[in-house]
Amino acid sequence: MTNALLTIDHLQTHFFTPSGVVKAVNDISLRVREGETVCIVGESGCGKSVTAMSVLGLVAEPQGKVVGGDIRFDGVDLLQLSPLEKQQLRGNDIAMIFQEPMSSLNPVLTIGEQIMEPLWEHLLLSKKEARAKAIELISLVGIPRPEEIMNAYPHQLSGGMLQRIMIAIAISCNPRLLIADEPTTALDVTIQAQILDLLREIKETYNTAILLITHDLGVVAEMADYVVVMYAGKVIEEGPVLELFSNPRHPYTRGLLQAKPVIGQRKKRLNSIPGQVPNLIGLADSCYFHDRCESCMSVCRLKQPELKQIDDGHRVACWLYEEESGLA
Amino acid sequence: MSSIVTETAGLAGTRTGARRSSLWRDTFAKLKKNKVAMCGLVFLVIMFLFCFIGPFFSPYASGKVNTVMINKPPSMAHWLGTDNLGRDILTRLMQAGRISLTVGLAAMLLSVFIGSVLGVVAGYYRGVVDQIVMRFADILMTIPGLPLLFIIGAILSEWKVPTDYRIYIVMLMLSLIGWPELARLVRSQILSLREREFMQATESLGLRDHRKLFFHLLPNTIPILIVVATLRVGGAILSESVLSYLGLGVVPPTPTWGNMIDAANTLIDFQKRPWLWIPPGFAIFATVISINLLGDGLRDALDPKMKR
Ligand SMILES: Nc1ncnc2c1ncn2[C@@H]1O[C@H](COP(=O)(O)OP(=O)(O)O)[C@@H](O)[C@H]1O
Ligand SMILES: [Mg+2]
Repeated sequence: MTNALLTIDHLQTHFFTPSGVVKAVNDISLRVREGETVCIVGESGCGKSVTAMSVLGLVAEPQGKVVGGDIRFDGVDLLQLSPLEKQQLRGNDIAMIFQEPMSSLNPVLTIGEQIMEPLWEHLLLSKKEARAKAIELISLVGIPRPEEIMNAYPHQLSGGMLQRIMIAIAISCNPRLLIADEPTTALDVTIQAQILDLLREIKETYNTAILLITHDLGVVAEMADYVVVMYAGKVIEEGPVLELFSNPRHPYTRGLLQAKPVIGQRKKRLNSIPGQVPNLIGLADSCYFHDRCESCMSVCRLKQPELKQIDDGHRVACWLYEEESGLA
Repeated sequence: MSSIVTETAGLAGTRTGARRSSLWRDTFAKLKKNKVAMCGLVFLVIMFLFCFIGPFFSPYASGKVNTVMINKPPSMAHWLGTDNLGRDILTRLMQAGRISLTVGLAAMLLSVFIGSVLGVVAGYYRGVVDQIVMRFADILMTIPGLPLLFIIGAILSEWKVPTDYRIYIVMLMLSLIGWPELARLVRSQILSLREREFMQATESLGLRDHRKLFFHLLPNTIPILIVVATLRVGGAILSESVLSYLGLGVVPPTPTWGNMIDAANTLIDFQKRPWLWIPPGFAIFATVISINLLGDGLRDALDPKMKR
């Protein structure tokens, strides 16, 4: 097995808001190996984006702050980098794709200008070289007539094309890690599949590691090598994708898998998990999922379960699988 | 290297009229429909041609003093008459227009430059930088512009600044009182633009600050800057005229519309020789009005709510 490219250990990112401390990321650990796709799944508001932003050092200042843990990229502690070093890392070694391609591109600059920018900035290419490379990138992400697209403005392109452009920009400097924060959520289903295909192709061609954030288990099934399920700022279950899908342990993961509609099994109502993600301010020391859990026990209301290894590579944080649960 | 997964080609064909500066073509198309603004634009073009090309066709362009032709009313030889030194008024009007328009444009460009650089920096970095820049701008804005100009003009006269330099100093003075408004405008735009998602994307690309500020943020303020800058040219021409009229701005022999009206200062010229002061007065009036009409037209044409 190849070594870990990105290692997040006990990361804690909190927001200090007037109404209290929001523990958006609360003790998260994960690793992404070279050439591996790791998916973070969870309902919205569970801290997926904040985890990604913490890696890039882009947590909204001044209220947001990484208060604990560490993040290592290829052995380098990202939290200790100077602003200049961070700048050189972003876009170059780690690139990011956002959810909304429409608003992630500058409306008054041409597509060409925006693709060429990181090439100037990080690869120090000349204007001519950058232009040639940009055209190559546009056709690489599957957009015909790249010369024409170079001079187009974002509002002239469709969402799917813009997301391809975002991907072209992200891979322009051959990053070793690509963070994609819900890259297909804002797109039509057919376009969604094309974008995922493109990401997979990039991963295979360049051996790029991908940290893919999504709330869609369909995307996970299609893309992931390894899955991390998040709930209320914590990892509650993680494992290789096949193991996790065939053998989900945490009631929340099970709920998520059941909530996904399956063709041919039409029911009166789609399964859903009752309730919603708890308010992240001032959480009690219990299992955060206990009030939505169908197999809630008394211990769940009193103590938080730890993430424990149950099978090879499969870890879960739930009292159901702890021997000591009977003792407490 | 080519891709397996290809965007449907038809989409690209229909949706991309991919041509540079489509925004400007849209704007111009809308502006063309606005009759009033177009009148202003046409008048300004004519005024520019008149001032900058006109003197080449005038036999009196040297501006020589002609003692036999003093204060003559309009005639076939001198269409707008002559002044107290026997110079052709029409020719002087053109030459004065060159100076007045240049001063107005240069003052505007300088205040746009200072205002947008300081506004972008203040809006992006906020904090201490913002405090310093904006308090300085506030101070300049609380002092009424004209009295401030009078004081500076009077000091300049006192210091006996050579007349050749005064035109540049007038430009500087006008931009000094012009930039705070622009800085404030740009800053307020930047404050909201910097929170937009595409700025987060530039962060994640590791772009350097000067790129983010001047390549990403500033271009987004250009439409509103153009409107304000256009209107400012009118204001600068007016202020320059007032100063020059009072002898505190550009002084003779360099002609400007303002110091040409100075002729109306003596009662006899005012009452008996209207050809001395009506032409420059009309030139100022019509130019400033045209600029304002054009500025308003541009504002409507660039209004995002009426766009797309
Ligand atoms: N700038 C911020 N200030 C305060 N709270 C924030 C901020 N950004 C995110 N949060 C909070 O952090 C939590 C996790 O957000 P996020 O990571 O965006 O969720 P998601 O999993 O949907 O991407 C949310 O409860 C959100 O309210
Ligand atoms: Mg999110």
